[in-house]
Amino acid sequence: MTELLTVEDLRVALPVQGQMRTVIHQASFAIGPGEALGLIGESGSGKSMTARAVGRLLPAGAQVSGQIMFDGEPVLELAGAALRRYRTTDVAMIFQDPRAHINPVRTIGDFLTEGLRSTLGMRRRDADRKAVSLLAEVGVEDGERRLRQYPHQLSGGLLQRVMIASALVANPRLLLADEPTTALDVTTQSEVMGILDRLRRDHGVAMLFITHDLELATAVCDRISVLYAGTVVESQDAESLHAAPRHPYTAALLASRPSLTVRARRLPVIGGRPLAAFEAPEGCAFTERCRWASPVCEEGRPAPETHDHGQVNCHRTTELGILGSEAVVTEPVIAEPDKSSVQSRGQQP
Amino acid sequence: MIRFLLGRLVGLLLTLWISSFVVFAALYLAPGDPISFLTGGREVSPLTLAELRHQYQLDQPFLVRYADWLGGVLHGHLGQSIVAHQDVSTLIGARAQTSALLVGYAAVLIILGGIAAGTIAALFKGPLDSGITLGTTVGLALPSFVTAIALISVFAVDVRWFPVFGDGSGLLDRLWHLTLPAIALAVSSSALIARITRGALREELGREHVETARSRGIPRRKILRRHVLRNGMIPVTTVAGITVAGLVAGSVVVERAFNLNGLGSFLVQSVAANDFPAVQAVVLLMVAVFVILSTVVDLLYPLIDPRMARGGTQ
Repeated sequence: MTELLTVEDLRVALPVQGQMRTVIHQASFAIGPGEALGLIGESGSGKSMTARAVGRLLPAGAQVSGQIMFDGEPVLELAGAALRRYRTTDVAMIFQDPRAHINPVRTIGDFLTEGLRSTLGMRRRDADRKAVSLLAEVGVEDGERRLRQYPHQLSGGLLQRVMIASALVANPRLLLADEPTTALDVTTQSEVMGILDRLRRDHGVAMLFITHDLELATAVCDRISVLYAGTVVESQDAESLHAAPRHPYTAALLASRPSLTVRARRLPVIGGRPLAAFEAPEGCAFTERCRWASPVCEEGRPAPETHDHGQVNCHRTTELGILGSEAVVTEPVIAEPDKSSVQSRGQQP
Repeated sequence: MIRFLLGRLVGLLLTLWISSFVVFAALYLAPGDPISFLTGGREVSPLTLAELRHQYQLDQPFLVRYADWLGGVLHGHLGQSIVAHQDVSTLIGARAQTSALLVGYAAVLIILGGIAAGTIAALFKGPLDSGITLGTTVGLALPSFVTAIALISVFAVDVRWFPVFGDGSGLLDRLWHLTLPAIALAVSSSALIARITRGALREELGREHVETARSRGIPRRKILRRHVLRNGMIPVTTVAGITVAGLVAGSVVVERAFNLNGLGSFLVQSVAANDFPAVQAVVLLMVAVFVILSTVVDLLYPLIDPRMARGGTQ
């Protein structure tokens, strides 16, 4: 299968108070046409920056190396009109907080049709019609009236549907969804997620889905890549990642989810604290929190090992094989719930 | 919408009414007696004094005098100048024109110049930004009388492009005469507007919705106009409104410096002469202009920021 998007050895450094700080160390993944890839990881693991690198939305001063190919085109080399066309018709980003990411002083209609009219040169009437039909698809009735309303007149859930419609309005081939439901309350989350999932499949659009919610990623994605300290440590088919994790970090994440059926007095956590990419050591970044760490783990970054369902970056994967999730979790030593550990709400779309 | 407008109108009238009372009461409490100015320090018989007081209704109780005055003002009679023995409205008329022209001219300079300089500073980082920031710092620190004197000595005395003083006649000639005064009046305010504009635009440039527009492939020029400038104008409008309204009182100094026959100079003369009716009329007029201008800005608000419609309530 020819991939729609391939990211190879992506490395991103951002200027922080005059110093360059690495936020993504080594991210490699691929998305086929119409495929959904989940990118999961803790806060600060570089998920959002990865999506922004793909959308060419990194802040000014960012240093990027590696390669991002979209349909055979080198994304990192796009400029001017070609970059605008790429952003308008090839990829579309769905942001986390629609309230902040939609201009509050312009109408919903302006927001939905701006790209169609200014970059694709569509006439206002046609653009409006297209916007109304997409609003209907995301479950917003009376679109004609909505086009004339302002963002503050719409609820958060409704606004995120408008955001989804705006992403799809120019028929992109790849959606970059950056935690699209995190800012919504739980009941609207599943509704909005359902709409996003259905529309993506209906329109045959590929998606890079960023979340810290493993269950959600498993439900809506074909494949999942796990990011730790700016490095993709494991990529697998969603089902097999869930059932047969190979990287100790993935296994530990799976084990620390709350169960819907078993009452636990305390949730299992991964000991230690998550590392940011810039503080990662020479060897495997997960070494100091890993139950199976051995001296070999500190000797250089593990290279990706390919197996039937995907890839894993672990020095000891041949010895360890598939990891049973229960065994890897360290007993919690602190009483407070560890805020930095990945938490899953266990909700289904 | 109609209720919103009515509410604003009632608020406007209430403010004007209260300020009329304050203006009148302040002068009532002020030291000095217009009669002593009239008599010029001569010995006057108590009888004449009483007649004079009666003629100008100075013998009436405070509230009666206030009611009389307010009634007159509502009918367009601002009273008689004690010094000039003329209707105050006649005295004000021509001078108000000069002042209005000066303030209007300065307002245009402030808004256009300030927004232009602020926008350039916000968009072009580097020497251009530093230069404008330095310029606005100096501009903010300059009192208008210093600017006025500097402008006179350079442009009116040295190179003789503009007249030193006077009002001129005919619109173009008057504008020519008012150019230096308007610049003197505008310098520090436009520096303020430039700073506000620069800050507001910088903030908008970093906003999330601007990132969304970029991610949708909107051309940079359009992003700047439709998302950055448009949104940045909200704080700028507030400050510009208050600043321009404040010019009405601030023009006093500049009018004196350029010897313009405007309301400001008239106010200073009248105060010096204890001409109570004239002072009351001019101050009331200035307050009214200030209040009306701020109300106009308030009414413009919902047009600039739809979230403000209906007084900000949902």
